[in-house]
Amino acid sequence: MSEQRTGAQIMCEALIRDGVEVMFGYPGGAIMPFYYAMWEYRDQLRHVLVRHEQGGGHAAEGYARATGKLGVCIGTSGPGATNLVTAIADAMMDSTPMLAITGQVSSAVLGKDAFQETDITGITMPITKHNYLVKRVEDIAYVIKEAIHLATTGRPGPVLVDITKDAMQAKIVPNWNLKLHLPGYKPTTHGNSRQIREAIGLLSNAKKPLVMAGNGVQMSGGVAELRELAERTGIPVITTLHGIGAFPEDHPLSIGMPGMHGWVHVNRAIQECDVLLNIGGRFDDRVTGKASTFAPNAKIIHVDIDPSEIGKNVKVTVPIVGDARNVMQALLDELPAREELAALHGNASDWLEHIRDMQDKHQHKQQYLNRPDTSNLMPHDVYAALTRNLNARGPYRVVTDVGQHQMWAAQLIDWQHPRTHITSGGAGTMGFSVPAALGVAIAYPDETVWAICGDGGFQMMNQEMATIIQEGITNVKICVINNGYLGMVRQWQELFEQKRYSGTPLSGPNFAKLAEAYGWKGLTIERAEDVEAAIAEAYATDGPVLIDFRVEREVNVYPMVPQGVSIGEMIMETPNPA
Amino acid sequence: MNKHTIVALMQDRPGALNRAVSLFRRRGYNIESLAVGHTETEGISRMTLVVESADVEQVVKQLYRLVEVLKVSDVTSDPTVEREMVLVKIHAPADKRAEVVAVGEIFGAKIVDVGATTMVLEMTGTPSKVENFVDVIKPFGVKEMMRTGRIAMVRGARGHGAQSYDAAENGHLAEPLAALN
Repeated sequence: MSEQRTGAQIMCEALIRDGVEVMFGYPGGAIMPFYYAMWEYRDQLRHVLVRHEQGGGHAAEGYARATGKLGVCIGTSGPGATNLVTAIADAMMDSTPMLAITGQVSSAVLGKDAFQETDITGITMPITKHNYLVKRVEDIAYVIKEAIHLATTGRPGPVLVDITKDAMQAKIVPNWNLKLHLPGYKPTTHGNSRQIREAIGLLSNAKKPLVMAGNGVQMSGGVAELRELAERTGIPVITTLHGIGAFPEDHPLSIGMPGMHGWVHVNRAIQECDVLLNIGGRFDDRVTGKASTFAPNAKIIHVDIDPSEIGKNVKVTVPIVGDARNVMQALLDELPAREELAALHGNASDWLEHIRDMQDKHQHKQQYLNRPDTSNLMPHDVYAALTRNLNARGPYRVVTDVGQHQMWAAQLIDWQHPRTHITSGGAGTMGFSVPAALGVAIAYPDETVWAICGDGGFQMMNQEMATIIQEGITNVKICVINNGYLGMVRQWQELFEQKRYSGTPLSGPNFAKLAEAYGWKGLTIERAEDVEAAIAEAYATDGPVLIDFRVEREVNVYPMVPQGVSIGEMIMETPNPA
Repeated sequence: MNKHTIVALMQDRPGALNRAVSLFRRRGYNIESLAVGHTETEGISRMTLVVESADVEQVVKQLYRLVEVLKVSDVTSDPTVEREMVLVKIHAPADKRAEVVAVGEIFGAKIVDVGATTMVLEMTGTPSKVENFVDVIKPFGVKEMMRTGRIAMVRGARGHGAQSYDAAENGHLAEPLAALN
């Protein structure tokens, strides 16, 4: 006969049974029984004490996005739970598999404004894929199993499980013979074969076809299928912000990133193309610009596992609901032989040549890397040095924050490998990078994890530098692109609001000294000629390193599509005052 | 903006209704009428919702995203039987009662309570007929009125049945796990 277990022990065992190895959390009153039980399981279930629950949430996201596995974060009731909210919303927007476990006050006082009571299931209802309030020990094992299933299957997302303290303390003999009952949850994983054939028909006859790779390609593990699809058809490939890494940028068919800060030739290609195959992207407004003017000449094939994404932002000719990898495999299975696709190959090759012409005519990546003639340190100097080092020095992951530095990183680094570019895309959560880098570093202790952030985002979440030290993590290196402004907002103020720099000039402490106070190595770089040596020193140091790059203060990210206009209308440089 | 009648089947779990109506709230759509109740299958509820919305198709798709939602139909342009019920307490001293009874009879209303100076009438019908009844009864002096939300059922064989969902499969949480131990 099995022995009795407390609800908290059942929580630990349920997580271990589903393959959870690490959790990022913060204890408190209502969740204490879970921490009491965790002690017994500490060899199988690593707990990382973060410095703020939001940091724990982002660390879980970083872990999940780098590995493709579930990220787990923990908070107590009340403020512990509400501090997780931003990270949960971020995970929802970027479809990140996450399990958030929160303690709740005892069921006897639930709803009576007990100490540290917050209705967290009510608060997180619109920002979770699903959530649960568990009041009975009998339900814990089942709910955790169901929650993990929901978070990691279909379109992944965050699931919150709120468990009352008394349920964690009560004892039962757990029943592990659990069968999931989810009659309303049956994600469509395989594309409809008629739609697949229609898509092949459109692609075969296309004169100016494009493939747009979104987040779904890497999440479904479909990187090899994407490459085969591109190579067998000769169709040029665009990678969105979350598509970065799905297709190597040195591949002859890679043309780059679309959207607000995408490349001119990519946006023009979208506006000219006649068939656009979007795989696992959701036509975010930062990609489409004014949606009614997006790809006006194109028949659009939209592959997405979530039917509610199809037709949401743009009109679609062929919708295919399914897992990106499965759908690409089905497309490959149905694809005619190369000889039969001769017309497509001819068209695609002329089309690619046309795109490359536009790329040469408008500013190419290299031109952006060519620094302007100034003695001051330019952000470009940092990215040029980083991109030289990253691919030369062995496995790496780059986590970016939100703002100008994020767009420069997406534009200027040569992205080659899947799951190496991790950023907060849909939600645009400043403060993401430092805690997310912590999660990535725990998943990949043998790789170099770069966190690139601005001085604004860095100051939101840098307390996790202490966690990195406490956990003995040595492979995190932070680059602060420090321009003393909330740079992206300042750029908009400069371009559209008559330079009214309201609330954007930003001071900070000496970041290198702050790093040293945390036990990191801290470097301050003010001259372009010192950048390379600083990055080399970061690599040579067996421990976490922060480099404060004090860059030219008022540099803008170009090209740029102003909000609300067509992506064909890009600004290439700061307009001269008339 | 068009008025839509949406019928949804969902598992009877805590929070399910909240999740469903939140999708309308998020877009600022006002729910005009809402009725929820049990179906022929235990553990499954049927919801009828009337909403004014410009883009109801997107909301229907998003309703399907909810884990508890089994089936959603926009029955606005389908042939349906629609019913609503009203309870109305009117001022009816002895000398007015005969008149009230006569008006009630025209609408097929039932008198369910008679007090010293009041009567309670119960009337069921299509939403427009209920509206009509309320207009006619108003001059007697309405002391209290309560209307249910609208319920709708598609006519004929094409339906929206809950039988295909096995009762045992619904809401594991409704079935105490303790019983399985």
